[in-house]
Amino acid sequence: MTALTWLRREAPLSMTIGLGITLVWVLLAAFAPLLTPFDPIKIDAANALQPIGNGHLLGTDSVGRDLLARILYGARMDLLMAVAGVLGPFVLGTAIGLFAGSSGGWVDAVLMRILEVTISFPYFVLVIAIVSIMGPGLKSYIISLTIVNWVTYARLVRAETLVLTNADFILAARVLGYSRLRTMARHIFPNAIVPSAVFLMTDAVLTIVLGSSLGFLGLGVQPPTPEWGVMIAEGRTYLGSAWWISLCPGIALCSLAFGLSLVADGVAKVLDPEA
Amino acid sequence: MNRFAFLLRRPFELIPVLFGISLISFLLLQLTPGDPVRLLLGPKASEEAIALIRQRYGLDQPVVVQYLYYIKNLLGGDLGQSISFRSAIGPVLLQRIGPTVYLLVYGLTLSVLLTLLLGVSAARSRGGWVDQTIRLICVMGVGVPSYFVGLLLVLLFSLKFKVFPVSGYDKSALANLYHLFLPALTIAISVTPILTRNFRATLMAQMNAGYAIAALSKGVPEAQVFWRHVFWNSLLPTISLFGVVASFLIGGTVVIENVFNIPGLGLLLVRSVLSRDYLVVQGVTLVMAAGIVLSNLLIDVLMAALDPRIKT
Repeated sequence: MTALTWLRREAPLSMTIGLGITLVWVLLAAFAPLLTPFDPIKIDAANALQPIGNGHLLGTDSVGRDLLARILYGARMDLLMAVAGVLGPFVLGTAIGLFAGSSGGWVDAVLMRILEVTISFPYFVLVIAIVSIMGPGLKSYIISLTIVNWVTYARLVRAETLVLTNADFILAARVLGYSRLRTMARHIFPNAIVPSAVFLMTDAVLTIVLGSSLGFLGLGVQPPTPEWGVMIAEGRTYLGSAWWISLCPGIALCSLAFGLSLVADGVAKVLDPEA
Repeated sequence: MNRFAFLLRRPFELIPVLFGISLISFLLLQLTPGDPVRLLLGPKASEEAIALIRQRYGLDQPVVVQYLYYIKNLLGGDLGQSISFRSAIGPVLLQRIGPTVYLLVYGLTLSVLLTLLLGVSAARSRGGWVDQTIRLICVMGVGVPSYFVGLLLVLLFSLKFKVFPVSGYDKSALANLYHLFLPALTIAISVTPILTRNFRATLMAQMNAGYAIAALSKGVPEAQVFWRHVFWNSLLPTISLFGVVASFLIGGTVVIENVFNIPGLGLLLVRSVLSRDYLVVQGVTLVMAAGIVLSNLLIDVLMAALDPRIKT
């Protein structure tokens, strides 16, 4: 069965729709230069605050930049932030979770204490504190998310590893003489990452919201680079007169996040039907 | 043994976590770029003044000793000096805690009301269109950034219909019910989807529990089983979820205080990051982490008070 027929026949309808929305945004981001003749960064003061329509499909912002162009190019940054912000914590967290769950003893105890302390900080606040040290930007965004968010994945993977290590089929494999490493890599690992892989999609939604929030607060991607959170912040002053400056990127952000949540919801239903 | 005996024990169990929190805060400070003393005193400071401050905060000592100094100052309530406020950080923070706590409690109250309403409606219509709609709203709600919700509410209720103020904070608690309604509603909108999903699932599960089926088969009307038994039993798991939500909520207020210009810890945090007032950033982080620890303790107490089976 190919992936396409699976999507048509077996996958929940909402998941197919979600994948569709996400794919549309990926394509829009990839082909942004072909889709709009406007430059997303170049200032054109003569055409400032143009309303929707009027030569600019979604209007222009306070320095005359075409909003559609900025939204399309901004999609690149927001998609990049979703992927980059999720991968670091996932890889580090999974590795630590597997390591802690399978070694047990004091290694496990120490790692769990570190985890406990990390989660007693409010997630977003700790990210901001780390960003403040390293200075805003994509690099500090990725590093701070990895430092703060590995705990979620580590906890999921560790719990699963602990259960699996004593599962009958693992004991059987050990009795058959398979080495620790082999049962770990071939049997425990693929099963233990299921819950964290399910969470990965939900986390992508949370991360895209978090990344754009940093941009909105001026602590993330720096202007003039187009990013949706930054754009929403730029339109705040004109909310009463030129509402489209904030509203259009906001709707773009919500639609992408909605698509990703539908996918996440579907993945959870397919991989983990009992929940 | 008294089931509240753990209340005496729990503060001691918190010591390792509090130790860890102070260690991380200290590390954050160690990693900040530049010399904090020169930053504090400005470029024109005399060498004697610099040496004096260094000595006071133990900055001329090895790192481990510096940490001990840090703890000692912390216990004495001395969080250092703010560069932009030109005053001690402790009082600045204390002043800002009020608005943040008010906003959190207000927002949480609204979201509990919304959750009860939506959760019960969804569970009562199980699978029906009300249930489906609420589920869809909950899936969508997770992906809507709170600052965007806030701006939409401002656009609608402050600029178009002029019902609520755009921003601001009042001295009196009563007037703030009005002033902070939109920010509190924004918080409620961002938290309610998580709580509702959980509450609905618990209600469903409890409706299929042995005791509920037994009551139904005895001939007790369904509505009575739901309201007398299932509803109350479903509250507990949702309350225990508040621990996770607390961290999410505090992060949310940081953003929302900036949208609505509320003079709380969140606004202070972001302004201090932008003005590189590192000691204040670290102080706010510390206070908020302490807030999470405290709220978890409160939830433990609440759970023990509500559920006699819990023995911690």
